[in-house]
Amino acid sequence: MTTLQYTADEMMTVTAARSLTTDMACFVGIGLPSTAANVAVRTHAPGLWMIYESGTLGTNPDSLPLSIGDGILAETADTVVSVPEVFNYWLQPGRIDVGFLGAAQIDRYANINTTVIGGDYSDPKVRLPGAGGAPEIAANCKEVIVIVRQSARTFVDSVDFVTSVGHGKGAGDRERLGLTGRGPTRVITDLGVLEPDPSTRELTLVSVHPGVTVDEVRAATGWDLRVAAEPETTDEPGEKELSVLRSLTSS
Amino acid sequence: MIVPLDEGIREFVHDGDTVALEGFTHLIPVAAGHEIIRQGLRDLTLVRMTPDIVYDQMIGAGCARKLIFSWGGNPGVGSLHRFRDAIQNGWPRPLEIEEHSHAGMANRYVAGASGVPFAVLRGYTGTDLIAQTSQIATVTCPFTGEEITAVPALNPDVAIVHAQRADRSGNVQLWGITGVQKEVVLAAERALVTVEEIVDNLDPVPGQVLLPSRVVSAVAEVPGGARPSYAHGYYARSNPAYQDWDAIGRDREEFQRWLRTEVYGTARTTREG
Repeated sequence: MTTLQYTADEMMTVTAARSLTTDMACFVGIGLPSTAANVAVRTHAPGLWMIYESGTLGTNPDSLPLSIGDGILAETADTVVSVPEVFNYWLQPGRIDVGFLGAAQIDRYANINTTVIGGDYSDPKVRLPGAGGAPEIAANCKEVIVIVRQSARTFVDSVDFVTSVGHGKGAGDRERLGLTGRGPTRVITDLGVLEPDPSTRELTLVSVHPGVTVDEVRAATGWDLRVAAEPETTDEPGEKELSVLRSLTSS
Repeated sequence: MIVPLDEGIREFVHDGDTVALEGFTHLIPVAAGHEIIRQGLRDLTLVRMTPDIVYDQMIGAGCARKLIFSWGGNPGVGSLHRFRDAIQNGWPRPLEIEEHSHAGMANRYVAGASGVPFAVLRGYTGTDLIAQTSQIATVTCPFTGEEITAVPALNPDVAIVHAQRADRSGNVQLWGITGVQKEVVLAAERALVTVEEIVDNLDPVPGQVLLPSRVVSAVAEVPGGARPSYAHGYYARSNPAYQDWDAIGRDREEFQRWLRTEVYGTARTTREG
């Protein structure tokens, strides 16, 4: 058996791709989520029904789009609908199995900030792009998977702004708010995989990627990270997964 | 009514107006935005779900007093630096913002197009967006008692969109990703449409949106008017142009150089390709 060489980003993207199954409908965000979904559809999940918020339903681009509305998405879609339709008819009633999101900041309950960092809202240190489709993707998809590189700057005890609700302040918050989906069920990073604790909803490290130590993950987390009793080691990327990923990102 | 672009902007867009240039990644009315910059329009309330590089340019040129939006970034590239500079440093002038989610903005246009005062949706609940604007509220369903989010109708003074084709009577046809263009045109007091070409007959296209001339104030023929975004069936999105914008938009002097050569230095005529 030969040892494959791969980067931490490749490990993250392939792990995210493996979270998708062929019978799912997936609401895809641009960037890492889009790359992962496109790896999944080319490997183990050929039936994955990819939706981008531009209204392209069941799209299957032959190269990675740079934006959520590239022409290739419309050309290869089962159908193209208006933006009000994609949000009102498709996302809002819970027809989408999984929402794939990124984050600029994420906290211990997987609440996501993509709006402002530092200072206050009207006078922020850094102004980020904002909400886009994310608040309603996080609210209304049956479940949410977050893909984000892990560092103490990104994984913060409390986000500076709640753009999209994860598990609020803990167990019972989503139900109290009337959010219909289950919220974030996995957070996949370049170091490992975190999942909400079934009773407290606090993110817990359940798997570390090969070569990564639990202490390294703790150091890249801005709160006292909970760790599963026996965290697993994530399966390495396979040859096919890596070659598909590399052919997508090199083009 | 068919008009040259500069006449259309002069007639339909005025200082202080609420102006919505829409087009969801596709068919962005970039040439119209540049004409607004050239005519030196001021104090505009700019509305757009995804203020991308054309709004970055208009904000940097000082056209805007306020921005109503749901995602302000350079898609797939990163931040909009003129937008950030205006919010963080008030350059070239302070920019007031009113921020929504995509679902909220889409529903605001739907209510505006429908002639009702507000729309309801399952959205915003639990987010910090609610505290930042009076334009997000809740309403109790009179039938079930459920509390649900409400957003007010959005009725711009003028909508500007780009489309593939129009006929000589001013009927407009667009296809591919059609975004919120139908809604914004029907929600607005006035609507100006730029098109790739004016043709004798609008042959049907699968998935088309047709805007009858009675809801279109004027059409201007502007081939290439959506570049560097794209026009399905005409030309592709210039992803390198979006990537290159990052360096230009990042620096005030570089941006002003760009404005001088690419906008002020190029009075655009109706037949430019």
